[in-house]
This record gives sequence, structure tokens and C-alpha cells, in this order.
Amino acid sequence: MLKISDLVVSYGGIEALKGISVDVPDGQIVTLIGANGAGKSTLLRSIIGLVKIQSGSISYNDQTINGLNSQKIVQTGITLVPEGRRVFPNLTVLENLQIGAYMRNDSEGIQQDIEKIYKLFPRLEERHWQMAGTLSGGEQQMLAVGRALMCKPKLLMMDEPSLGLAPLIIKDIFSIIQKINKQGVTILLIEQNANMALKIADKAYVLETGRISMEGTGAELLENPEIKAAYLGKKKHK
Amino acid sequence: MQMELFQAIANMSGANFAQHLVNGISLGSLYALIAIGYTMVYGILLMINFAHGDIVMMACYFAFFGITIFHIPWYITFVGVIIATALLGAIIERTAYRPLRDAPKNSVLISAIGASFLLENLANYLFSGRPMRFPNIPLLSQNISFGSVQIQAISFVIPVITILSLVVLLHIVNHTKIGMAMRAVSKDYEIARVMGVNIDNVISTTFIIGSALAAIGAFMWGVKYPGITPMLGVMPGLKCFIAAVIGGIGNIKGAVIGGFILGLGEIMIVAFFPQLSGYRDAFAFILLIIILFYKPTGLLGEKITEKV
Repeated sequence: MLKISDLVVSYGGIEALKGISVDVPDGQIVTLIGANGAGKSTLLRSIIGLVKIQSGSISYNDQTINGLNSQKIVQTGITLVPEGRRVFPNLTVLENLQIGAYMRNDSEGIQQDIEKIYKLFPRLEERHWQMAGTLSGGEQQMLAVGRALMCKPKLLMMDEPSLGLAPLIIKDIFSIIQKINKQGVTILLIEQNANMALKIADKAYVLETGRISMEGTGAELLENPEIKAAYLGKKKHK
Repeated sequence: MQMELFQAIANMSGANFAQHLVNGISLGSLYALIAIGYTMVYGILLMINFAHGDIVMMACYFAFFGITIFHIPWYITFVGVIIATALLGAIIERTAYRPLRDAPKNSVLISAIGASFLLENLANYLFSGRPMRFPNIPLLSQNISFGSVQIQAISFVIPVITILSLVVLLHIVNHTKIGMAMRAVSKDYEIARVMGVNIDNVISTTFIIGSALAAIGAFMWGVKYPGITPMLGVMPGLKCFIAAVIGGIGNIKGAVIGGFILGLGEIMIVAFFPQLSGYRDAFAFILLIIILFYKPTGLLGEKITEKV
């Protein structure tokens, strides 16, 4: 389980996270919704060790991981599908998958996992020799997910996987998220697309300007009138 | 001017032209080998390693000490020089650049200039400013006669060694795990880190490879132009930096192309306009200005989009 307690993160004197606590139990899909600038990406970046935290703690399976470098954190089984996909445009699709397995040394296992990813995303197999920069947005998102899966994560964090994608592709991505979760991977999902995210979430948090303003099961928050008004575009009193 | 050019071409025999061509290609090869070091470091750290030219100078002194002072056979010294220079490059990165990894880019640039001055003055102090003679290697420096023209053997050796080095380099960059990591880091070091790539190792490797290529270039440079002084690296360093910019900094093939353009251009200008030979060094800078005017990203450079 990933446990975040009283996390405070500042960027140049401005507190992006003002003491938040989040639990991500094993095997679940946990989602964090919130508007632009609420601090969602900051949270993921501090979990993976790209941002130094000011106070509070982050632990994974009872091991404190704040202060470790990204490499060590990835070794504990956490990985990130970053916002905006950020596949390596100058590497081929296959190389992007291989670099996801950078820390593994079992070439046979890596080959098997590449086959698995190809089954999950047949499109990637068709285009394995292409530079990732030439893929469409949806394909790049698939590649970013595939790349993250290559390190055999126990906890997969996704930062706005639906951003800038067509509605049909968003549907695909969300069904794949559920599929990955059913294979035993815990998911921490950050989304602006609150409707989709809450529907698949076991547990959900609402982040507003650096603070958790609400939490509950996905279904509970979907029915919450304030959430409806603020994030789902429905009228409050109806 | 045009008349003079025609006159010069008319006066030049085929053999003479061939001689200039060989010289131009070998000088271009040397520029290419050294330019790769600039371009690789820039590709990964987005900084100009001003000490790179001085690494070339140190490699020449290493060769001098190996052969002239310790009487080690030149081919063993050659290997030793490559190793010692690669190590020197890694040490400079470790001490002058790594502590500034999270500092503003200007700080690293200033540190690079500092490293350059340090090496120059260290060489001046240790080896004195008196020019020394690069050891004579008869096998490489002998003249081979082709009818009326004589060409040094090294001028033929240089392009061959350069091509071999490039083949090895491209294999490392394109077909090995560390090469893949280097390409990834050069595009997005943050995400490479999230993939578990050890950035420090990748950067060290980059300096080791760049310095090793510089050592190969320096050794052959010494055979061709045997005077060694502590300031020896300044001019080639500047020109190879220009070669990297002309080709598109960050791009290995661009650095090679830029190196050949500079080397051939310099030699040909002297060949066709002997009266301009005093401006030989100016050629590189004029070309740099022209490139910066009309194609600031260099011949093979990509458009750089700043991430916001």
C-alpha cells in the first residue's frame, strides 16, 4: 500500500501541496481529480522522486521512499505514465518498450513481456520499427502505458491519460486501465475527466489548490451534488 | 579575384589537387573526431564543454611522455593515451560539472571555462610553455611519393582510423543499451530517470567516449603537426566547436559533416588562393557567421522547441 501523510511540497516559495494524506490500497484503482493547478501532477512527481518534498512522508509497503532517488523508487515497483505521454520521440517503438525494462536483466522475460504488450496494443507491434515521435497521440499514450508496464510495476501511476485524445480512444484507454488493474496492478489515476475516472475508481480524492477537499468511493463522489456541479458539469439543485 | 582563381586552377596539376584533397580530408577527419565530443556533451547536458580542446592538448602531452620520456612503443602509448584521456574527461565531468547538475546553465558554462583555464595553466606549470616536439613515428610520418607530389603516410591513416572510430561510435549509440539510454537522456532526462536510467552513468559514459575520440584525434594531430604547447588545444577546440555548430549541435552526423566542411574548406582556400593563406583561420569564423545567419540550427540541426 502506498501511504502519503501530511505531504507538503513547495515550488519557489509557493506551496503546491499543503499537507495532503492519501492512501492507495493494493489492487485498487484510486483516482485523484481536480482542476488545473490543484497540485495533481506535483503529487505524482513527488512520489516518483522528481520533486523534493518539504515535509510529510511517503511510504510504500511500509518502506519510506521520500528522499530516495527515482531509480530506487522505481525498483520498489512504482512507475509513472507521465502527463503528455512523453515517449522518447527519437527512439523506435520497440526501443521505448525496451527502455521501460532498463533495470531488468532477464532478456527472455523482457521479450515475453514485449509480446504481452503487443497483445494488449496490437498497434504497437505493427509500428514497432517506427520512431515514437511519428505516432498519433492515442498510439503514443498506448506506448507510454506499455513502456511503464515493461518494468513490471506493482503500482502504476497515470497522469491525465485522457488529455488531448478523442473520446473513443479515451474509452479504450480506460478499459485498458481496468484490464491492467484486473491483472493485479494497483492504479493511481489522476484525471480532469472526472466522469470517466470516478466510474472506474474504487476510491477517489478531490484535490483543490493543494488540499484534499473530499474523499470517498468513486460511486459516492459521482453522486455528490458539489462534485456534479464543479467537475461533472451538472446543475447543483435538480 | 576570379581571374586569379582560374589562373590558380590552371596552374594546379591533377596530382597537386589530389595532394590538397588528401590533406583536406585528413584535416577534416581530425576536426570531425574532436567535434563529436562537443556535440555529444551538448546533446545530453545542453552545455559547451570548453575544456574539450584542452583535453586534446593533454592527450598530446600524454603521448609525448609515453613515447619520448618513457620509451613505450607508440602503438601501446596510443592505447594508453586513449585510456588516460578518457579518464581525464570523466574526472573533469565528475569534479567540474556534476556538482552543478541542478545549478543554472550559466554556472556550468563558467565552470567549463574554469576547467579549460585550469588545464592550460596546469600544463604550462607542469610541462613549461616551451614547445615540445611530438614524438616522431617514422612509420606514420614518412613521405610517400606519387610522381612529383609527396604525401605523409599519416594523411592516409587518419581517414581510415576516423571511419573505424565512427563505425564503433554509431554502433554504441544505436545498438547498445547504454547508447539507447544516451539517446533517451538527450531528449528527456527526467523521464529517462523515471525509467530507472542512471543519468550520472550515462553522462560519464558520454564524456569517456567524447574524450577517447578526442585522444585518437589528438594523437594523429600530433603526428601531422608536431609542435606541442599548453595552448595547442585552443584553436582546434574553437574550430571543432564551430564544426559542431555548422553541422547542427547535438547531432553526431552533423559534427562529422561540419568537420569535413571546415577541414576541406581551409585547405582548399590555401590551395586556390595562396595569397589568402594568412586568413586560413578566419575561414571557420566567417562560415560560422554565415551559418548562424541563414540556418542557426546548423545543417542537420532540428528546430529546438523550449518546453514551458
